[in-house]
Amino acid sequence: MAFDHVSFRYPRARANALDDVSFQLAAGTSLGIVGESGSGKTTILQILLGLRAATAGTMLFDGTPLDPRSRRQMRAVRRRVQPVFQDPYSSLDPRQRVGRIVAEPVISLGLERGRAQVEERARAALSDVGLDADAGDRYPAEFSGGQRQRIAIARALVTGPEVLVADEPVSALDVATRIEVLELLRRLQATRGLTVVMVSHDISAVAALCPETLVLKDGHVVEHGPTLELVREPREAYTRRLIDAIPRLPSEVT
Amino acid sequence: MSTARPRRRLPATLVLGIVLLSLAAGLALLSLVWLPFELSDTSGGRLEGPSARHLLGTDTFGRDLFSWTMVGTRIALLIGAGAATIALVLGLAVGLLAAFAPGWLDDATSSFLDVLIAFPTLLLAMLVVAVRSPSTTSALLSIGIASSAVVARLSRILAKRVLNEQFVTAARTSGTSWPRIVLVHLLPNMWQTLVVNIALLFGIAVITEAGLSYLGLGVPPPNASLGRLLQEAQATVLSAPLGAIAPGVVIVVIVLGANMLADGLRAHFDPALARNR
Amino acid sequence: MSALVTAEALVTVADLGIATRGDAVVQLVRGVSFAVAEGERLGVVGESGSGKTITALAITGLLPGAMTVTGSIDLAGTQVVGAPEGRLRPVRGRDVAMVFQEPLTALDPLMRVGRQVAEPLRRHRHLRGAALDGAVRAALEEVALPSDERILRAFPHELSGGQRQRIALAMALACNPRLLIADEPTTALDVTVQAEILDLVARVVAERRMALLFVTHDIGVIVRVATRLIVMRGGEIVEEGPADEVIRHPRHPYTRTLVDGARLLDRALDRGHLGGGGISS
Repeated sequence: MAFDHVSFRYPRARANALDDVSFQLAAGTSLGIVGESGSGKTTILQILLGLRAATAGTMLFDGTPLDPRSRRQMRAVRRRVQPVFQDPYSSLDPRQRVGRIVAEPVISLGLERGRAQVEERARAALSDVGLDADAGDRYPAEFSGGQRQRIAIARALVTGPEVLVADEPVSALDVATRIEVLELLRRLQATRGLTVVMVSHDISAVAALCPETLVLKDGHVVEHGPTLELVREPREAYTRRLIDAIPRLPSEVT
Repeated sequence: MSTARPRRRLPATLVLGIVLLSLAAGLALLSLVWLPFELSDTSGGRLEGPSARHLLGTDTFGRDLFSWTMVGTRIALLIGAGAATIALVLGLAVGLLAAFAPGWLDDATSSFLDVLIAFPTLLLAMLVVAVRSPSTTSALLSIGIASSAVVARLSRILAKRVLNEQFVTAARTSGTSWPRIVLVHLLPNMWQTLVVNIALLFGIAVITEAGLSYLGLGVPPPNASLGRLLQEAQATVLSAPLGAIAPGVVIVVIVLGANMLADGLRAHFDPALARNR
Repeated sequence: MSALVTAEALVTVADLGIATRGDAVVQLVRGVSFAVAEGERLGVVGESGSGKTITALAITGLLPGAMTVTGSIDLAGTQVVGAPEGRLRPVRGRDVAMVFQEPLTALDPLMRVGRQVAEPLRRHRHLRGAALDGAVRAALEEVALPSDERILRAFPHELSGGQRQRIALAMALACNPRLLIADEPTTALDVTVQAEILDLVARVVAERRMALLFVTHDIGVIVRVATRLIVMRGGEIVEEGPADEVIRHPRHPYTRTLVDGARLLDRALDRGHLGGGGISS
């Protein structure tokens, strides 16, 4: 996937939310997008997911420009690019059973015929994220935040996508649960060759999964490179501020 | 809210509401198959008191009060339910459209609805009836339309709230079409609040119908209506109070039942609210 | 449980128990005892469901009605458990003030921010007119907010998360409380803003010599703010001690899990991956 000089402006806004953003995403590599609120990272996400169209520039998928208004194109893309959202309490419909929630992409994109096959896909996805088969019969309210995030990940996996676009997937979770979910994503990267695009304001979570990071400020890309390098020797003052702000633990006394 | 359900006891208000409404409904249903006297029967003496033949006595025209009350109940429930349905369908449609409409249209609709809601239902209903002549259909339509503004405003807010949830965005990225999203995600998350309000609206509709009939704008003779019974009994209320008490009690039972049903449903759907008194 | 009950203890919590009332009785907090001395900075660490927030709320007497509270909470001489609202009201603000996680819910959305800061100042310090204006500006300056008209006349939703939290802090400080309780005040904020707010809280607390009770699930955060720690799990205290000690040499297995987890994430920054076989549980 690639962004080619993409800009975006909200209707009636005074300035661009995104300004001339370009980057490329190769299959199998994962990218972190880091910035504060208002930096434009959410907008990038929405364009990646086809929820909004760039007002200037093009987004490319497999070399072809993507037009979110083309239903046919979007259906094909949606099978391959799936989201994981930030808030595990808001991203699952409280009135649906988990099995139905996870199966929704399969149903809406017409990937399987027959109820049994659809259910089987959902069950497989749930087991891939470490949840029991009978989780499908329960409602989201019966699960913890970390488990709900797993359900959301299962829903993202059910179409067999190549790219997972994650919006602050662990920010709303406790430290221990954060690690579980990050390890799950890590495992999926390894076993399925999944490309993960992770948007966050928390560089530690990004560092755990993405070898490459993009730093966004006020809609511009200010820095882009291997994550470790960025953390050790940030070139921009803004990046340094982001890194210094991370609460670090006192070193262990051996 | 918890959906792992050990069978919870139904709230008392809910049960009571259902009981009261069932009583009224029972009377209404009975009137379909059996009436002690035909409505046109004026054989009883004028303004007689209760007796074995006339359970509630007779009115100024010698008609059996009990029979008239039964039919009046039937009309009241019919119009109440009919108007509530019209209000629901119309209001929900307008509310959903407004929620999906572009900003300026949404704001305009919202302001328009606010103006409508500022008027008492009875007044609005009277305006609509004035356009047509009084009839059962007029009463139904007028009350239904007058009540739909409240439903529209509520639906709009509920729809917008659900549309803001991440699971709707997730549905879009799952490739779900908008009509399906409305059916599968929006409505199921809205219906409980709507139902509670419709129950209340039903009570208001019954009162409005009685009011219209009292003013002579409701269902015309020879159809019975509780409101008109009240109006006719006005002149003789001191000498023959039953003529006013009977229809009055029925109205109270229906409206009280509707209100308790609404309250009970709310408590049942969201027990957390009920506990935090 | 060891309780640091010294003569200068500002708050002494003894054998606190909190349970829900009604059909399903759930014991949320059990046998919790600890003390906060004047000017001390105590951190309460635990995951969601550990009972840390509800314990903090209990100290202010702000628990939702459907709860049964047992035990004792002595706040600067006032017994909070079972106290009627009338006895608690003067205590709030004067002895204890609280800053919450989500300032959007703690601030009145329909009142301009300047007025919201003025309210507690007017009520507790009995200030009016020009003196009140001066106090409001001073309050804003203390939390490093520009005291210009734009901020004073803004509504909460017009400000950024960090600014809102500063306002909430200014309001809490207005009555010069002896104890400031902060419940996850930075969790909803960006990382850079988080650091600023933490430094602000630490500075203000030191300058005014207030005691601080800081509740959070983030170990990295607590280390910057607290000198002593209490670790809670499932409604009970499982470990307590000086912050540095507890982090470097956790004794209870649960504490060890928490610290290990935090370290894994911390190290990911240096290593570029999570490393290890996960956390010991």
